[in-house]
Amino acid sequence: MSKVGNRSVIGPSLMLDSELAAEQRVARERARAVQRRWTTAQIAIRIMSLVVVLGAWEYVGRQINPVLFTYPTAVADAAVKMIASGELWKYLSQSLIVLFAGLSLAAVFGIALGLVMARFWAIDIALDTYITALYSIPSVALVPVLVLWFGFETTAKTAVVFLFTFFPIVINTYQGVKNVDQHLIEVGRAFRCNERNLWMHIVLPAAVPFIVAGLRLAIGRGLIGMVLADLYTAITGIGYLIARYASIYRTDAMFVPVVTLGVLGITLTGLLRFVERRVAPWMHQPEQE
Amino acid sequence: MADGTKIVVDHASKLFLEGTVVAFRNVELNVRSNEVLCIVGPSGCGKTTLLRCIGGLLAPSSGQVLIDGHIVHSPRPGVAIVFQHFGLLPWKTVVDNVGFGLKVAGVPRQQLAERVEHYIRLVGLAGFENQYPYQLSGGMQQRVGLARALATHPEILLMDEPFASVDAQTREVLQEELLRLHERERKTMVFITHSIDEALVLGDRVAVMATRPGRVKEVLTVNFARPRDPAAVRAEPRYTEMRNHIWEELRPSVVV
Ligand SMILES: Nc1ncnc2c1ncn2[C@@H]1O[C@H](COP(=O)(O)OP(=O)(O)OP(=O)(O)O)[C@@H](O)[C@H]1O
Ligand SMILES: [Mg+2]
Repeated sequence: MSKVGNRSVIGPSLMLDSELAAEQRVARERARAVQRRWTTAQIAIRIMSLVVVLGAWEYVGRQINPVLFTYPTAVADAAVKMIASGELWKYLSQSLIVLFAGLSLAAVFGIALGLVMARFWAIDIALDTYITALYSIPSVALVPVLVLWFGFETTAKTAVVFLFTFFPIVINTYQGVKNVDQHLIEVGRAFRCNERNLWMHIVLPAAVPFIVAGLRLAIGRGLIGMVLADLYTAITGIGYLIARYASIYRTDAMFVPVVTLGVLGITLTGLLRFVERRVAPWMHQPEQE
Repeated sequence: MADGTKIVVDHASKLFLEGTVVAFRNVELNVRSNEVLCIVGPSGCGKTTLLRCIGGLLAPSSGQVLIDGHIVHSPRPGVAIVFQHFGLLPWKTVVDNVGFGLKVAGVPRQQLAERVEHYIRLVGLAGFENQYPYQLSGGMQQRVGLARALATHPEILLMDEPFASVDAQTREVLQEELLRLHERERKTMVFITHSIDEALVLGDRVAVMATRPGRVKEVLTVNFARPRDPAAVRAEPRYTEMRNHIWEELRPSVVV
């Protein structure tokens, strides 16, 4: 190794000599190969599991009365028709509007309230029993009250989704702020942060993982709230599709919106992970080779 | 050299947990302007706690701390701390961590960038500017903490075992760098270390602390010539003498 005075001891070694470059190339290629192999394995297992599960479903489903159960090819068949006719999208879009409206409102107000409660102890003490109580009550129990207040249309549905998603966001945001490493708060104080700086540079970034976890919970509960709202208020949207096809014993068509809900859950969670990687790259810590 | 007193620790005690844990008792300590005061002492004798009191992060249970004649209630301007636990912000890259103090102080962007670059280079982290702390070794993280403190151009540097996690060679390089910095900028420094050698090489005086209860047992004047050459210091007979003396002082506290 080259030595330039005694400074090179602490400096990063200048990576110039060709031997090192070769080693780096090998290391990089090995890391990529590991990554590739891992990805391939994941995909292979996913496909295999899909084939096995769908195959079993197909086999079992065909033995059973189609009124009671169905099988993948029948569902796929129905799906193609419902997508082509625009039926699926028509009803799905009604529900999606409700889902996004409810989730967005819950995210905005939930994060805000969580932060305010964590910041002002008086507000915390004044509200925390209600928050805990409302979070503990199964949200379904409150749907009739919402119907009473908001009627049967989009407002009521949005309120239902809001009710389902608001509390996990509030509670996680609050926990995120309360769990900030006190050492880091002390560092902020040592560098004479004012309150704004303390929040911008330390408290909020530290709370991000908790807030994201809250949003992830909220997505799952939001989907439940969305379908529930469709079924318990004016029957529209994806809930309507399910209910209607169930009532005419078209189990294959009924499964189309059901499967769509699953796909929606996966998509939204994936989207959240993508956003998370963007806003919080420090949380994404791949093993370094 | 101005010989005014910069920091006064006036009969300060710090008790924790409703008084059941005594961090240190009745500490009297003055630090002069431009002086390097090293503190050595066994683990748990209250060094970090004392430093936090001086830094204004913690109020003493009794007694008081004064900086420039002002009672310290909260972190004072012109004081920077290097933390034993590094205290890097996991969501900031090396550049942003080093620039943290400047950023919150409202230093203009251009000046901030120049200073940050300078101190990153000084601690030997050029090339790692855009890494996050989790991508650095412990020693590298510690140097980021050091650069962050230096970058604010403090009058007073409070350092809590700042070289504890770096290897022996890097440690010597950093010691020399700190000596040079002190020659150049005449800062007042309080430097906690477990190494008697480091205390003698860097310090103008060395405070020896003892445990149970934590207290300052003795303050020795080192008096080796400045500018200092660590190798020359180690060759002096007085160095060995003082080293043995401090070792004897610490021995009763060493739990075997
Ligand atoms: N926040 C706290 N709450 C309760 N006890 C504390 C707290 N901080 C420190 N102590 C206690 O005070 C004593 C001194 O701790 P301190 O961290 O100052 O020791 P130290 O000399 O820095 O030790 P080391 O060399 O291991 O870093 C210890 O007994 C410790 O348990
Ligand atoms: Mg300590």
